[in-house]
Amino acid sequence: MARRRRLRKVVAPPSFTGYKPYGAKNKSRKSVELLYEEYEALKLLDYDLMNQKEAAGLMGISRPTLARIYEDARRKIAKAFVEVCEIKTAYGNAWMEKHWYECNKCDARFTIPETFEERNCPICLSHDIKSHGDLKGAVSPSEIKS
Amino acid sequence: MKTVITSSGDNLDALFDRRFGRTEWFCIYDEDARSTAFLKNVNTNAGSDAGEKAAEMMISMNVNKVISGDFGLLAEAILDASNIQMAILPDPNLTIADIIERLSSARR
Repeated sequence: MARRRRLRKVVAPPSFTGYKPYGAKNKSRKSVELLYEEYEALKLLDYDLMNQKEAAGLMGISRPTLARIYEDARRKIAKAFVEVCEIKTAYGNAWMEKHWYECNKCDARFTIPETFEERNCPICLSHDIKSHGDLKGAVSPSEIKS
Repeated sequence: MKTVITSSGDNLDALFDRRFGRTEWFCIYDEDARSTAFLKNVNTNAGSDAGEKAAEMMISMNVNKVISGDFGLLAEAILDASNIQMAILPDPNLTIADIIERLSSARR
């Protein structure tokens, strides 16, 4: 039996459910599934410019595993570009703390400890917040073919 | 309410530091007294456990809220267990004064 996959921590899920090419000459019906952990690896390394060791630590995985996930992410995006197909995000083997919330007004992300009565943004006090646990449009892991 | 903001310098014009355990300074902001104090982080260049030690420091200082750019797994678990609220700001160009202004203007 294959070793159980360690779940990868994703700090923030992608704030889109997919990308679609436009102006394509031969539009392909295919799509690639970009997993949350692949998005996270790409974000940490190429957007936040972390080194692989730091990024791996943050995601709770080893550096070689991170490198593999990162490679998958790049290859999928390259495939989508070259073959003109849609990119869809999927949950994958990620775990997110459900108790992380995001403020819709000031983009802060935060936790709400059990002892806190008010459920609002600690920065701007807005009550317009969303939980990372209830994402719309995300594909559940069972739908992903491995 | 005691809030800690991770800071890259020891004054209000310093940029906020997105690292938690390895931040240069901690800015301790007292919401009721509207006072700030700066504390040098001794674990900036620590080989390991910087986040853990910083989290334990937050507990010993009776902090209610920590504002930073990211929290490691261990630090997060410790802060969570002690009911300390964590807030992550995505914008790295904020100064400490900006953040305090945001906190205080919302409460006015």
